[in-house]
Amino acid sequence: MAKMTIEDLRKIREQAKRSRNLREGEGNARITIHMGTCGIAAGAREVMDALLKAIDEHAVRSVLVTTSGCAGLCSHEPMATVEYADSPPVKYVNLDSNKIVRILLEHAVEGNVVKEFAFAIGSEKMS
Amino acid sequence: MEKYRSHLLVCTGTGCVSNGAFEVKKALEDELLKHGLDTEIQVVGTGCNGFCERGPVMLVQPEGIFYQQLTVEDIPLLVEEHFLKGRPVERLMYTAAEETPSIPLMSDIGFFKDQILVALRNRGRIDPEVIDEYIAHDGYVALEKVLTSMKPDEVIEEVKASGLRGRGGGGFPTGLKWELCRRASGSPKYIICNGDEGDPGAFMDRSILEADPHSVLEGMTIGAYAIGARYGILYVRDEYPLAIHRLLVAIDQARSYGLLGDDIFGSGFSFDVRLIRGGGAFVCGEETALMASVEGKAGRPRFRPPFPAEKGLWEKPTNINNVETWANVPVILQRGASWFASLGTETSKGTKIFSLVGKIRNSGLVEVPMGISINKIVFDIGGGIPDDKEFKAVQIGGPSGGCIPAHLKDTIIDYESLTRVGAIMGSGGLVVMDETTCMVDVARYFLEFTQSESCGKCTFCRIGTKRMLEILDRICEGKGVPEDIPLLEELAERICDTSLCALGKTAPNPVLTTLRFYRDEYEAHIYDKRCPAHVCQSLLTFSIDEEACTGCTLCARKCPVNAISGERKEVHVIDSDLCIKCGECYLACRFDAVIRE
Repeated sequence: MAKMTIEDLRKIREQAKRSRNLREGEGNARITIHMGTCGIAAGAREVMDALLKAIDEHAVRSVLVTTSGCAGLCSHEPMATVEYADSPPVKYVNLDSNKIVRILLEHAVEGNVVKEFAFAIGSEKMS
Repeated sequence: MEKYRSHLLVCTGTGCVSNGAFEVKKALEDELLKHGLDTEIQVVGTGCNGFCERGPVMLVQPEGIFYQQLTVEDIPLLVEEHFLKGRPVERLMYTAAEETPSIPLMSDIGFFKDQILVALRNRGRIDPEVIDEYIAHDGYVALEKVLTSMKPDEVIEEVKASGLRGRGGGGFPTGLKWELCRRASGSPKYIICNGDEGDPGAFMDRSILEADPHSVLEGMTIGAYAIGARYGILYVRDEYPLAIHRLLVAIDQARSYGLLGDDIFGSGFSFDVRLIRGGGAFVCGEETALMASVEGKAGRPRFRPPFPAEKGLWEKPTNINNVETWANVPVILQRGASWFASLGTETSKGTKIFSLVGKIRNSGLVEVPMGISINKIVFDIGGGIPDDKEFKAVQIGGPSGGCIPAHLKDTIIDYESLTRVGAIMGSGGLVVMDETTCMVDVARYFLEFTQSESCGKCTFCRIGTKRMLEILDRICEGKGVPEDIPLLEELAERICDTSLCALGKTAPNPVLTTLRFYRDEYEAHIYDKRCPAHVCQSLLTFSIDEEACTGCTLCARKCPVNAISGERKEVHVIDSDLCIKCGECYLACRFDAVIRE
């Protein structure tokens, strides 16, 4: 390791920004890939892999990725829910590796809902 | 480029480590690898998370889900359910009491909710052995600001304006201390970090050093610049091997990045440190004894003045601050004095770390804003007293401190408000007591400690504490006499008056404050030969309740001196002349028939 300049430290911070957002659970948007047995059987893992690869390739810093169990609509798996900033969550259905990348870049990064793949807006009512 | 989607922050502070945290971490890594998730999910070992009661603990980010009391056996299920299938495991989450719903998010748990992390800002969040993680979380931003855009006097003004007071117990204004050292003449000047945390049960400093060693190093570098010092010494007690290891790693990494050493950031300022291990003496937490120890002499205090700022290590101007004080410095310089001063009270700014221990549900390490009430700490953060026992008192300040009884629970944490009720802030030990705590025994416990740690230099401390301890021992054994109380008070006054250092001066405090609020307990021990809390063994009497006894003979069989007689299915009797008051019968009886009073 060489002696650091102020610029070097700034670079470390810049590059670690995504990691830091992750550690603090902070981001502009959150994509939840629904796993659960139905999801995994329908191909949720491939969707997840494609999503992570795209995040890496496009150097996306501010999007968090989490998983959850079955969302209840098993016939439409693989599914994902996108929460962008303060907007209500949007559920996407019948996904594949290509669709998820569009959803990432258009919705999670830019904030524009990809209507063709969207199923519903909002969350289920909790009792 | 960060490729993980999730970080598992596993606490590897000493508390969790002694409960298997390293094994849990390894099991996690192995299990994730098995499922091919190792490229998506990173396992990070962090410093103490604070919730020591529930260790080993882990925080899953970015979800914010908190898992506790993890064992190696839990890991396969946890990985498969949560990380593979996305279903968090409720069984491993925190519940406030039995049969209450589990609370998944750490931010919702009472223990964490009311804390404000300043000195502990990076706890449970970064791997302390990876300098890049410290840097990524605003590490060395303050140092950069100081070295490139501030003059030493400006740094001192900023620290003065923040209102930071020494966190080692003295509460002396830190900025003023720095100024005095800066103005003193003599060269070279020294900076010392006092990491000889000696109070029994206190682990604030240990946790900072284990979780975020760079915060202390950065603070010291900033202080050295402000004062004009080139050398720093970290004096850390030898009983903290993990803290020492993490510090050495941090020093090494900081040096190789040029953040310690010559010409830091090309600014022309040079500063380096050395770690020295304490030899196991409580008195070496006292600054003059500490310096003697560093110089290779026996650790004994000397008279002040001259104060270390004028003439300290090797007669040169020296600034000594506690670990927690140093850890606050970078964030004050980064976020500004007025931000820091917005926390706390008029005279006590910022936050304070407490080791919350004793008869409390949520024991662990907490950082709270000054001005918070004891009530809030004990009941909201601490979760109250376990087993529905009644809250009796808190003891603050360790062996130098005093107890604050439950009826004063609205007392706020503030240097002056604590002194007003006879306690002291101290370094941050907060012991919670309930109805089963004997206050005479508490005083005896602390005095036993200070007596054995007395360096011996001052006659009254050396002999006086021993005599006080003998009196307390006798009282707890039922051999107290009425003259004991005035004698204790007289000894206490003399010891305080004639002792050179704070060890001696404050050793009588636990006795004085318990006498102030619990004189009746002392009198019960002396006059009635009775311990109201049922703790002092010699004063207990055991008898059998005739109504409840079923004649099962269990107690008679357990009794080591055959003091219990009785036929099967007939009421048993304890012979009090033979009884050695060991309590085995009380523990054994399944019918609550043994009466202990």
